[in-house]
Amino acid sequence: MTANTWTQNNPLYLDYQATTPTDPRVVEAMAPYWTEKFGNPHSRNHHFGWEAEDAVEIARGHVADVIGATAKEVIFTSGATESNNLAIKGVAKFYGDKRNHIITCVTEHKCVLETCRSLQQDGFDVTYLHVKENGLIDLDELKAAMTDKTLIVSIMAVNNEIGVIQPLKEIGALCRENKTFFHTDAAQAFGKIPMDVNEMNIDMMSISGHKVYGPMGIGAMYVRRKPRVRLVPLIHGGGQERGMRSGTLPTPLVVGLGKAAELAKKEMAAEAERLHDFQHRLYQGLRQRIPEIFLNGDEESRVPGNLNISFAYVEGEGLMMGIKDLAVSSGSACTSASLEPSYVLRALGVEDELAHTSLRLGLGRFTTEDDIDYAIERISKEVNRLRELSPLWDMAQAGIDIKSIKWAEH
Amino acid sequence: MNQTVYMDHNATSPTRSQAVDAVVRAMEIGGNPSSVHSVGRKALRALEDAREQVRVAVNAPKSAQVIFTSCGTEANSLALQGCGRDAMFAAATEHAAVLRARDDIHRIPVDVNGLIDPFQLEEMLAGGGDDTVISVMMANNETGVLQQIEGIARIAHRYHALVHTDAVQALGKVDVDFAALGVDMMSLSAHKIGGPLGVGALIATKDVKLTAHNAGGGQENGLRGGTQNVPGIAGFGVAAELAVAELTGMARVKALRDGLEARILEIAPDATVIAVMADRLPNTSFISMPGVDAETQVMAFDLAGICLSAGSACASGKTKASAVLGAMGMAPDTAKSAVRVSLGPTNTEDDIESFISAWTELYQRKGAARSAA
Repeated sequence: MTANTWTQNNPLYLDYQATTPTDPRVVEAMAPYWTEKFGNPHSRNHHFGWEAEDAVEIARGHVADVIGATAKEVIFTSGATESNNLAIKGVAKFYGDKRNHIITCVTEHKCVLETCRSLQQDGFDVTYLHVKENGLIDLDELKAAMTDKTLIVSIMAVNNEIGVIQPLKEIGALCRENKTFFHTDAAQAFGKIPMDVNEMNIDMMSISGHKVYGPMGIGAMYVRRKPRVRLVPLIHGGGQERGMRSGTLPTPLVVGLGKAAELAKKEMAAEAERLHDFQHRLYQGLRQRIPEIFLNGDEESRVPGNLNISFAYVEGEGLMMGIKDLAVSSGSACTSASLEPSYVLRALGVEDELAHTSLRLGLGRFTTEDDIDYAIERISKEVNRLRELSPLWDMAQAGIDIKSIKWAEH
Repeated sequence: MNQTVYMDHNATSPTRSQAVDAVVRAMEIGGNPSSVHSVGRKALRALEDAREQVRVAVNAPKSAQVIFTSCGTEANSLALQGCGRDAMFAAATEHAAVLRARDDIHRIPVDVNGLIDPFQLEEMLAGGGDDTVISVMMANNETGVLQQIEGIARIAHRYHALVHTDAVQALGKVDVDFAALGVDMMSLSAHKIGGPLGVGALIATKDVKLTAHNAGGGQENGLRGGTQNVPGIAGFGVAAELAVAELTGMARVKALRDGLEARILEIAPDATVIAVMADRLPNTSFISMPGVDAETQVMAFDLAGICLSAGSACASGKTKASAVLGAMGMAPDTAKSAVRVSLGPTNTEDDIESFISAWTELYQRKGAARSAA
C-alpha cells in the first residue's frame, strides 16, 4: 500500500501497544479448530477431544519456549489482565498469613495497581516504588523496601505507555535473595525482547495474546514449579489448568497464541533490529523537523517499536484530530478515553502541560519504511502548523517563560 | 475419521460458519475497542453490536447489563462472587462452576427427576433472603432437565433473594427469555451455541450492583478488566442471533432424541433413561445400560466412531459416578452405567441408527457375558 492511500477511515496503524493485528499465519493456524477440529479439549473420551488436547499442549510448548520455561509451567487465561489478577491475588491469598507485603511500582498497568489496591483493603501492605526520570525503578529503593514480610514484587517488563524495559535480571536476583516471589507483567515484552525465566529469576509472568499478533481473548501465565509457586484460583469450576483456572479452554485461541509465540521466537531478533531502526528513523526524522520535542522514557532501555514523545505547546488531543489518517494514541488504550494526563508521564516528573502534548507511536510487524516517512511528514507538518497558530509558542519564541504568566480568572 | 458421529454437543458444538466469518472479519478490522482512533471505534462498534444481539437473543430489557467474559464459568464466578450477597443457595445438581464458585454454598436438594422442591426452597429462605443469592440452572448439562425457573424466581423474590440462572446449556435449545423468567442474573456461553470458544456473558438487571472479579483498565463498565475479545464477541453475537432464529430446528432434534430413547427402551426394557418423565432439553439423553460401566461404554462407542461422554466434559477422565445423578438419589449402579448423548442440528437419522446398532451390540455382548457367568 502506498503512503497516500491512508485516510481517516483507513488510517495508518501506529498503535501497536494497544493491540496488534492478528498475523494472517495465526488466523490460518486457528482456522481448522473452529469447525472440523472443534472438540472440547477436556473431553477425554473421544477423538475430537484428544485432537483438541494435543493442539493445546503443542501451543503450551511454544509459549514456554519463548521464555525458557517448561510447558508444565504455563497455564492459559483469558488475557494478561486476568493473569495479573490471578498472580498477585492468588499468591496473596495462598501465603497471606505468612507474608503480607507487596512491592510494585507507580507506573504499572492499571490492572496491577487496582489489584494491589484491593489487597490493601484486605489488609496487605503495599509499597509503590517511584520511578526515575527515565521511567526505570531505582534498584536501591527496591532493596530498601524489601523486608522479611515481602511476599511478592510485581514489576512490569515493558511499560505500555513509554516502552521502557525494567532491569528484570537485577530485580529477580534481589527477589530470590529475599525469598520473595517475582511477578512480571510481560504483556508488552513477551516475544518482543529476550526473556528467560531462569536467568531472570522470574516466578510468575503474565502474557497477552493480542499484543503479540495472536488473538484477543487469550493470555497465559507462567507459574514456576521449582521452587513451586502456589496460588488460590480466581475462577473455580471444572478444575481445568491444574486447578488454577477453570473454564473450557478455547482451543482455537490457544492454538493462535501458540502460533504467535512460535513466530515471535523465530523472528524476534530480526524484527527487533528492524523496529529499532524504524524507531530511530522516526525519532530523528521528527527531531530534525520539529524543535522542542521530548522523548518520554529511557532512550536505550526501550522496547523496539515504541516512542512516546511530547510536542511542547501542542495539545495532544488537538494534534490527534489533525492527523486522523494516523491511528495513534495519547495514552494507554484503556485510559485514553479520559482527558486526564497520563499517570505514567506524571510519575516521570513530566509536567501536566507537557504531558498533555504527548503521543504514543507504536510500530510493529506490518509497519514499513514508507509508513515511517509518511508519519514523519504528517506529524511534523501538523505540529508546526498548530504551533504557528499558538500564542504560547509565539511567547516562548520571544523568550517569555510560560510558567511565569499569571492567568486571569474567568 | 470421516464417518465420525458427534453426539457430544453439550460439551461443545462446532462453530457456525457465519460465526467463524464474523470472527475472521473482526480480526481483519483489528483495533482495541478502547482506542479513540477510527480503528478502535470500528472495534467498539462491533463490540456494541454484539452486545445488542446477545441482549435481544435472551430478551433482556434494554436497561440490562450485558457483561462479556471469557466463558460461562467466569460469568458464574462474577455473578456469584460479585453480587454482594453474603449467603448462597444452589441446586445440588449445579455445574461445578457454580458449586465451587464460593466456599459457603448451601445446597438445595433435588428430587429423583433432578427438580428442586419449591417448598424446600421456601423453607430455606424462611429466615429471610435479603442477603442471599440463589443459583439454579435452567437446564442441566448432564440430564437436560429443565428447572421451573420462573416459579423459583417468584418464591425467591418474595424473600428478597437475588436469583441467578446458568443458562449455558439452555440457550439455542429452548426458548430463553430473561424477562419472562424474572431472574436477576443469567450466565451464557458462546461455544455451546455454535459460537467461538473463549467467550461468555453475564446478563444482569440494572439493579444488580456487581463488583469486578478482575480488576483492570475499567472495561465492561468497570466490571471486567481486560481488553475485550472483540472477534470472539462478534462471533458470539452472530451465533446468538442464529441460535434463536433456528430454534424451530430443535423439533427435529427432539424427534431424533425421542426416537432413540424409544428404540433403546424397546431393545432393553431394563435400561433407564434418566428423568425421562421430566421436562428436558430436546437434545439430551442420559441412558443407563445395566451392568456396563460408563467408561467402558464410552470407549466402545469411540471405537465405533461415536463421540459421546459419561458426563460433563470437565469432569471426564474421572471414573466416578456422576455427582448430578448422586444428588438425584439415583442408585449407584444406575449412575455408574449412564452415558450422555447430546445431539445437535447436524445429527441425522443415520447417526441414530449407528448409535442404536453400537448400543445394541454392546448390550447383547455384555448380556451374554452376564448370563454365562
